[in-house]
Amino acid sequence: MKYLHLVWAGLFRKKVRTILTLLSVVVAFLLFGMLQAVSEAFEAGAEQARADRLVTNSRYSIIEMLPIGYLPRIEAVPGVRTVAFASWFGGSYQDRPAQFGVFPVEPERYLRAVPEIVLPPDQAERWRDTRDGAIVGRSVAARYGWQVGDRVTLVADIWPQRDGSNEWNFEITGIYTSPDSEQNEGALLFQHEYFDEARQFARGTVGWFLVQVEDPDRAEEVALAIDALFANSPNETKTQTEKAFAQGFARQFGDIGLIVTAILGAVFFTILVLTGNTMAQAVRERIPELAILKTLGFSDRAVLGLVVAESLLMVLVGGILGLVLAGAALGAVGAALAGFGIQGISASVASSGLVVMLLLGLVVGLPPALRAMRLRVVDALGGHQ
Amino acid sequence: MSALIEIRGLTKVYQRGKQKVEALHAIDLDIERGDFVALMGPSGSGKTTLLNLIGGLDSPSSGSINIDGQALERMSGAALARWRARHVGFVFQFYNLLPVLTAQRNVELPLLLTRLPSAERRKRAAVALQLVGLADRGQHKPRELSGGQEQRVAIARAIVSDPSLLVCDEPTGDLDRETADEILELLQMLNRDHGKTIVMVTHDPKAADHARRLVRLDKGTLVAAEAAA
Repeated sequence: MKYLHLVWAGLFRKKVRTILTLLSVVVAFLLFGMLQAVSEAFEAGAEQARADRLVTNSRYSIIEMLPIGYLPRIEAVPGVRTVAFASWFGGSYQDRPAQFGVFPVEPERYLRAVPEIVLPPDQAERWRDTRDGAIVGRSVAARYGWQVGDRVTLVADIWPQRDGSNEWNFEITGIYTSPDSEQNEGALLFQHEYFDEARQFARGTVGWFLVQVEDPDRAEEVALAIDALFANSPNETKTQTEKAFAQGFARQFGDIGLIVTAILGAVFFTILVLTGNTMAQAVRERIPELAILKTLGFSDRAVLGLVVAESLLMVLVGGILGLVLAGAALGAVGAALAGFGIQGISASVASSGLVVMLLLGLVVGLPPALRAMRLRVVDALGGHQ
Repeated sequence: MSALIEIRGLTKVYQRGKQKVEALHAIDLDIERGDFVALMGPSGSGKTTLLNLIGGLDSPSSGSINIDGQALERMSGAALARWRARHVGFVFQFYNLLPVLTAQRNVELPLLLTRLPSAERRKRAAVALQLVGLADRGQHKPRELSGGQEQRVAIARAIVSDPSLLVCDEPTGDLDRETADEILELLQMLNRDHGKTIVMVTHDPKAADHARRLVRLDKGTLVAAEAAA
């Protein structure tokens, strides 16, 4: 700590240059924080997937519907404990695409197959007994100020009603929680029966089946048995683990991981060159000063440490500021994006950001620091270096 | 007085490209504890090379330099750095202060290498600045000081860790006559009242007059050692 003022003074020797470099580091880590948070949210579905659950959907496309008549046949497959189903509704709320997932499901079956959703028994009963009843996750309810008993209207973009209306009205009959994952709380679930009766087309079909198996070790065997049932039928199936399904679902938006890596790669390469140039220039300009430190008795290692510390300090100050700003920005837009599970800067994004900062600081700082370390005092004082 | 510095057969050869340049040749010299020696000679005579070797900034090609019982030629780079921090203070022609630090912080620099707490470092730096007559300039940056004041700060930095030896390379070379005399009187005071052994390179005969002894070099060889006027 006693060297901090020396490091700080060295860093701000050229204030404008350092501030501009610092700003570029701030922007880089602002992007890093926001993009990592998005990537993390997209991967979260796969992370939270259960090993004892399979998803059966159309073999050819996730948007192809499957006959609900498949339900008893899947239930009869040995090793299957329980089966639920759901469909993608989409829709808009308040003239904007719904910022939360909307799925018609069969309440009893769904709550049994997805035990991570916690709903008070009286609200579960009310949901079952209310034809247009819907339950919403706590975070969605909090965002829109919905309470049990409120009525909500969604506008369908895929599913018009028989009478041609696109307006679907629901009564909020329950607010569920998901103690292990706030992301699971970003949905509205309503009665499949209501959906099936009222929709204009594709009645008697569902988007996918959720299959809970008795033994996770036999999940693959069960998946093959389900798909074998419907092979060569007009609606062949593809059964996969929930994790593979979640990853496939996320890929509909593109390979988020690859996009994020590509953008951040370009950003950090630029930062590396920019910051590296700043540090190299800063050391070049200060050779006589570094030689004086050595003359006074600072060892080669101490001088190396001072230069590396300058580089680390610059990247850490800029990087932490960038992550804080990313957290604030995500906080501001996060409410609108909560359906995607984007919550803010998580501990894992913060710690990976810190690792990137340390690596960047070292890569940028080491070459000029090594040069400073190898400096011969006599040559430097004599103006030969 | 006993010899603080014992130099025997000191030779320094530099490699410049394919050419070898002998900067010093077989120098024998004793400098007594508490002495004030002026090293004089024409440009290229080897006086700065000798000063660098005495200050532990460079290593000899052959021969020995023994300072207060320590054989410098046997020390590693790291050991020399530690030795310099404890035993030598440096004063240069162009002051060589760190422009980003205040005078007080510049003077404190050598004390960063000690285990002294921050308050003690500040106190000692203040005492050193007081000794050179700049007690009220501690918070000024070097660019806010005159040349003479900068050199005083450099002298305060040289003495703050209480070294036995002060090595000065043309300390008045960048100053006008009047200021130069003030600096030389300050060095004389440090030699006389505080017992500092001073080795000073100078081109200026008037500066050399402030020393007790004069050592003349020419073409890397010691040509005369005599009492100053």
